[in-house]
Amino acid sequence: MKLRKLAVAASIAAIGFSAALTAPAAYAAEDQFFPVLAYRTGAYAPNGAPWANGFVDYMKLTNARGGVNGVKMIWEECETAYATDRGVECYERLKGKHGGATAVQPLSTGITFALTEKAPVDKIPVITAGYGRSESQNGAVFGWNFPLVGTYWSGADVLVQHIAKKEGGFDKLKGKKITLVYHDSPYGKEPIALLQERAKMHGFNLSLLPVAHPGVEQKATWLQIRQNKPDYVFLWGWGVMNSTAIKEAQATGYPREKMYGVWWSGAEPDVKDVGDGAKGYNALAMQHGAEPNAKVVKEVLEKLHAKGQGTGPKEEVGQVLYMRGLISAMVQTEAVRVAQGRYGKGKHITGEQMRWGLENLNLDQKALDGLGFAGVMRPVHTTCIDHMGSGFARVHTWDGKKWNFSSDWYEADQKVLRPMVMLASGKYAEEKKITPRTPEDCKK
Amino acid sequence: MAFFLETLLGGLMSGMLYSLVALGFVLIYKASGVFNFAQGAMVLFAALSMARFSEWIPEWLGMDNLFMANVLAFAVSVVVMFVVAWLIERLVLRHLVNQEGATLLMATLGIAYFLDGVGQTIFGSDIYKIDVGMPKEPVMMLESVFEGGILINKEDFVAAFISALLVVALSIFFQKTSTGRALRAVADDHQAAQSIGIPLNRSWVIVWCVAGITALVAGVIWGSKLGAQFSLSTVALRALPVVILGGLTSVPGAIIGGLIIGVGEKLSEVYLGPYVGGGIEIWFAYMLALVFLLFRPQGLFGEKIIDRV
Repeated sequence: MKLRKLAVAASIAAIGFSAALTAPAAYAAEDQFFPVLAYRTGAYAPNGAPWANGFVDYMKLTNARGGVNGVKMIWEECETAYATDRGVECYERLKGKHGGATAVQPLSTGITFALTEKAPVDKIPVITAGYGRSESQNGAVFGWNFPLVGTYWSGADVLVQHIAKKEGGFDKLKGKKITLVYHDSPYGKEPIALLQERAKMHGFNLSLLPVAHPGVEQKATWLQIRQNKPDYVFLWGWGVMNSTAIKEAQATGYPREKMYGVWWSGAEPDVKDVGDGAKGYNALAMQHGAEPNAKVVKEVLEKLHAKGQGTGPKEEVGQVLYMRGLISAMVQTEAVRVAQGRYGKGKHITGEQMRWGLENLNLDQKALDGLGFAGVMRPVHTTCIDHMGSGFARVHTWDGKKWNFSSDWYEADQKVLRPMVMLASGKYAEEKKITPRTPEDCKK
Repeated sequence: MAFFLETLLGGLMSGMLYSLVALGFVLIYKASGVFNFAQGAMVLFAALSMARFSEWIPEWLGMDNLFMANVLAFAVSVVVMFVVAWLIERLVLRHLVNQEGATLLMATLGIAYFLDGVGQTIFGSDIYKIDVGMPKEPVMMLESVFEGGILINKEDFVAAFISALLVVALSIFFQKTSTGRALRAVADDHQAAQSIGIPLNRSWVIVWCVAGITALVAGVIWGSKLGAQFSLSTVALRALPVVILGGLTSVPGAIIGGLIIGVGEKLSEVYLGPYVGGGIEIWFAYMLALVFLLFRPQGLFGEKIIDRV
């Protein structure tokens, strides 16, 4: 009986404690609210947590810098566990809080697909920096989606360019065998269209090997790779799928030097557990890599972690996925600044006004340097029609201890991407009966 | 031919690893009649414990010996799993004696979620390394017979050998020891076992401890392969078709079932996968198990249930 009473008391205390933890802090009317859809538990937590830590740290840093013209950032975290249903539930729960969400970043292509139709109704921009629907680059159709800094098509395009450069030109790709090992989900399937297009253009053979969630069983996949002996393997994995793929490559003797991951397959959690077995493995760097020496990283350490106000472990600051979170928060913060420039400095902006800010981002090198991102990334310039803003990437390679850049900058070829984006977004518009925005609409 | 043999061997070795997890299901069902849905969570919990203690112990004791760190971490993890077993019996099972099977199943489902959450809270949700010296590089065999030879994954080979040893030990425990026989009696009928003086609660603690050690061995092997991280709990889902096929009450069934499932899923993925877009091995394993059930509803080695009317 005593035990039962104790259990009931503990449950009540736990509920009270968690309610206290999630209860919103007092906020002012002009504060800018951002829901944080994160995953710190589940199969993808090792990759989701550093992103969320970087994201939250940048908002804390913005506040420590005095906010955006005095306007403070506020946020509330919701655990999605990378599940689409939970992500949508989080979005619905948070979208109306604290004067309404300014923008949302789902950190999941599946959740992005689900929110794409909700965003225009709720008038909340969906920022998907480095993921999401590739055709959503076309802002005329996808008015509320912002795949800032890169899409899977731009990433895949850069990978093909890099391989072509290594081989001595695009003409040398003819007859080569490239295998795509991909997470069997909307995310993993995204690059297929671009790679098929490039295969048609250059005559290489593309084979596709899906891996079921969460990706811990890949033996059959790598036995097929051993049999087919592809010249290159592209890896489109997430979470434990990445390290498992590298371990299976080691177990089947496939050279890691011939493996190229997307930017979601090229971070510390993907390789540190493999150690020397991952030596030589390459991955795309979505502009940035691991940036322990960046000015913004030093500022985060000094202003937050040194005072015990940082999010997550100190050692993680500057790592690849932490930087991705930091950059994702930075672009949205800068969009707030741009929107304030039009709608009133120091004032709260709405989701609709935020969209204008996101469509008029002009982060030139000087601005980036001023924010502490010198050497980390290249300028981002969006328009009403181009919601990506920048298609640069480079390659980095794991040396057994850390990531090092191993290529120069590449830019995705818009001559290849643009027709594909227009075709796919056109189809979407037709299917959903969307009238594309005109230049006049863009001025609103 | 060489490729077929490689796939077959790969499947057999994967199958042995599934059997290791399936054994946990069989042990608890055999000895308590409970279908333990928390077996995957126990594997995760045990693996996280092993990984973190092998990291923490050298820090605490200021030592630099990997072997000793692993031995101590294993010993601590055994104690941790015993405590988990005792708590499960004390807080959950003791209150559910003679309840319906479905009630017990739901209770283990709750335990699974609890262990998943608590494990990550205590030990963290990153990918942690378990380095017990398992060989990672492949070895080539029969190079004179087949061009390029046949590739054998040494790590899987060692893991399969350890699994086989564990199976032999458990079979002896259940068949030849008085405790093993007492556990089987408890599984057959709680009340009858109690009436002849078998202490039910102690029996349950013992069997959950044994299942905990099995989970720890499985966790160390799987953790060494994949890293100790949340997805280990989903490995249990791979073992479900194994127990369906092998029968819930048979230790040899878990082994044979594991081998059939392992080979079936690898061959299906390699030879059928390309025709249907690939990624079929997970559902194919369940389909294979269901086909077997059509002919033998109790599984390959399960006990046929005969009720008098």
